[in-house]
Amino acid sequence: MKEFGYERPAHPTDALAMIAGVAGARFLGGGTNLVDLMKLGVETPAVLIDVTALPYDFVTDDADGGLRVGSGTRNSDLAAHLAVRRRYPALAQAVLAGASGQLRNMATVGGNLLQRTRCPYFQDVTKPCNKRVPDSGCPARDGEHHNLAILGGSDLCIATNPSDMAVALAAFDAVVFVEEPAGPRAVPIADFYRLPADEPQRETTLEPGALITAVALPALPWAANSRYRKARERASYSFAIGSVAVALDVADGMVRDVRIALGAVAPIPWRAYRAEQSLRGQPATEVAFREAADAELEWAQPLRDNRYKVPLVRNLMVRTLIELVQAS
Amino acid sequence: MTDPYSLTVNGTDHQVVDAWLGESLLYVLRERLGLPGSKAGCEQGECGSCSVIVDGSLECACLILAAAAVGCDITTVEGLQPGRGDFTTVQEAFIAEGAVQCGFCTPGLVVALTDLLARVPHPSDLEVREAISGNLCRCTGYGRILAAAQAAAKAASDE
Ligand SMILES: Cc1cc2nc3c(=O)[nH]c(=O)nc-3n(C[C@H](O)[C@H](O)[C@H](O)COP(=O)(O)OP(=O)(O)OC[C@H]3O[C@@H](n4cnc5c(N)ncnc54)[C@H](O)[C@@H]3O)c2cc1C
Ligand code: SF4
Repeated sequence: MKEFGYERPAHPTDALAMIAGVAGARFLGGGTNLVDLMKLGVETPAVLIDVTALPYDFVTDDADGGLRVGSGTRNSDLAAHLAVRRRYPALAQAVLAGASGQLRNMATVGGNLLQRTRCPYFQDVTKPCNKRVPDSGCPARDGEHHNLAILGGSDLCIATNPSDMAVALAAFDAVVFVEEPAGPRAVPIADFYRLPADEPQRETTLEPGALITAVALPALPWAANSRYRKARERASYSFAIGSVAVALDVADGMVRDVRIALGAVAPIPWRAYRAEQSLRGQPATEVAFREAADAELEWAQPLRDNRYKVPLVRNLMVRTLIELVQAS
Repeated sequence: MTDPYSLTVNGTDHQVVDAWLGESLLYVLRERLGLPGSKAGCEQGECGSCSVIVDGSLECACLILAAAAVGCDITTVEGLQPGRGDFTTVQEAFIAEGAVQCGFCTPGLVVALTDLLARVPHPSDLEVREAISGNLCRCTGYGRILAAAQAAAKAASDE
């Protein structure tokens, strides 16, 4: 690990001044991703600005009936929060499905949003990787890619976003509040992450030095009928190989509205807009669910060793929709 | 080198001098404070052998920067044990149920199960499994550990 400095400001203005003042300064949340990547030599910050003393550890009601979650809220507190469990159950389930009890106690909401890919080449500084070192190449395409993207990848990078939490946030159209050098900004989650295209090193639309302050969950009464399902290589404590967050509003056997987001299939939490569109106004039947899943996955571009993800997420979508009809 | 700082471990303040910032809490506990009970396994948050309790929350000491733990109340496996030779209910249960083989994962599991039983005095088997899913054991196959968890819960409620 390289030498670095450490600061723990108590006020957001100090944190922003510190990050603007030092090249290579980085925010530190729970450290479960950043400290790990520093040990591996992937991240080499000059200064760590610990944000856990900032006043961002809260979950409060928004005036419009939504919920606002501070960026410093620990993952375990978010998952245990009664309002989250009642009103946005897929979010609580997604967070609980991630990592272990120890790690959820440490990890923050802001850090979870910005955790890096688990692509094995990205984590290994002895290997080329366009995301880590632009223009160095992407060994994953012909190499180890069994858990990499089938949707949204580019010739330069097919890494997947590993976050479970972000999949549920995508389904609920969450809004991320940030403080940037130019001032505060509210970023809809659909505009927060970017596809790799020809710049895989840029994963979000945030300005350098942006501080995440909170995440808002807009009011969505039927989000109470939502669910997160995660497939992994063992029953607990493993990253997803495919996951879905689904919310369903069904009346008289018809789909009034639906939200579907997919995890572990794309460089971003993947909102299945095509599947949603094909379902609205349709009968809530298994046949319609299969057609909707196919409408989305028609666009998949699987590689040699990740073809299994296509039937896997198709079945996850269909099973979860059926369960939500039964629960309605 | 950082300025000297102080860590509160098992109720006692310890001065840490001549450290550098990259040292994890795990490293400082083991190498500077003479508390080797927390084990250095994967050092990447995966194996749970370094589990400690920080301000009431079960965490992996390997991913905590020691200097960031200043002002926190830290409990290690050594701090669960009231006096040498005097085992806690969870430790007694591990011995009685034969839940220890090579022993490397044992301190982390003891800390994790102590944390669980403090929050959930009568956990179901599933709750125990989920609670220790972040603690890897490569010897026992976990059966004896699950039995020890239930025995400890029973012993605690009989006390
Ligand atoms: C063994 C293991 C298993 C895991 N399994 C899963 C899993 O199954 N599912 C899953 O979703 N995740 C999993 N994780 C990842 C875990 O969820 C993330 O590491 C965690 O959420 C990151 O949060 P943190 O607060 O620790 O972030 P940190 O490591 O502190 O930071 C991560 C990034 O966010 C930035 N950052 C932090 N806070 C802010 C802020 N407020 N504003 C701006 N930038 C900020 C940092 O600069 C850094 O770039 C696992 C991790 C480990 C180690
Ligand atoms: S897929 Fe992306 S992260 Fe993985 S090696 Fe290729 S460029 Fe790097």
